Amino acid sequence: MAEELLRKTYQIRGRDFDKAGETATEIKQILKELDIDAGLIHRTVIIAFEAEMNVVMYATEGVVTFVLTDEEIRLEIADKGPGIEDLKMALTEGYSTATDEMREMGFGFGMGLPNIRRNSDDFNIASEVGTGTTVSTMIRLDQSA
Amino acid sequence: MKLAEIRDILRCDVLAGDDDLSTEVDTVVASDGMSEILAFARPGALMITGLTNVQSVRTADIANVRAIVYIRGKRPDEKAVKLARDSNIPILATSLGMFDACGILREQGLKGGM
Repeated sequence: MAEELLRKTYQIRGRDFDKAGETATEIKQILKELDIDAGLIHRTVIIAFEAEMNVVMYATEGVVTFVLTDEEIRLEIADKGPGIEDLKMALTEGYSTATDEMREMGFGFGMGLPNIRRNSDDFNIASEVGTGTTVSTMIRLDQSA
Repeated sequence: MKLAEIRDILRCDVLAGDDDLSTEVDTVVASDGMSEILAFARPGALMITGLTNVQSVRTADIANVRAIVYIRGKRPDEKAVKLARDSNIPILATSLGMFDACGILREQGLKGGM
């Protein structure tokens, strides 16, 4: 059984574009201080940032749970929001339901969820229309395992 | 190529990090889509973009981009410049468009990040 070394939660507010990315930046700092491999940090913060942007763009609010164990990094992003009608399409690169406003922010080109999945060793998504979406990801610390 | 050379070649103004432009970059990632930058930037790349908001700097920081060149004469707002200074990411701004900026740097030997 993996031993949990660290657990932190972060509240994300929908539409709060100015703060979007602060969670990912903090997680990056924590992992750097713990001397985690730079490639694993890179993957983790891309996941965190894309997930934060999704919450900010689409949801009312969300919670990011960041867990470090002696075996893996886990990120769970649970939001209250519109949910995703077609998960399969949402995971297809290039598919997007973003508005022009989101695209003006530099996001919403149909790469967020695919980027999250690509950088995860394990990826799960559950969504209920009208309620919200939960994305769970895991990155193994030992990539040879 | 040193950032100082890129500044001269693209006729850039330096908006952040002007105290040290000796940093070297070998690869470039260019897009207005931040997820593309996150997906394809090699760590240490130069980022060329027309997106000037605070998210562009966040993206650069998250993607381990070494410096940003804003194109088409666009200027980032004060929040973005401050975040770049705090994150030690130099910012350059050119009046050239994306195609010309990329083409000139490609001719000078810089490579794409993919």
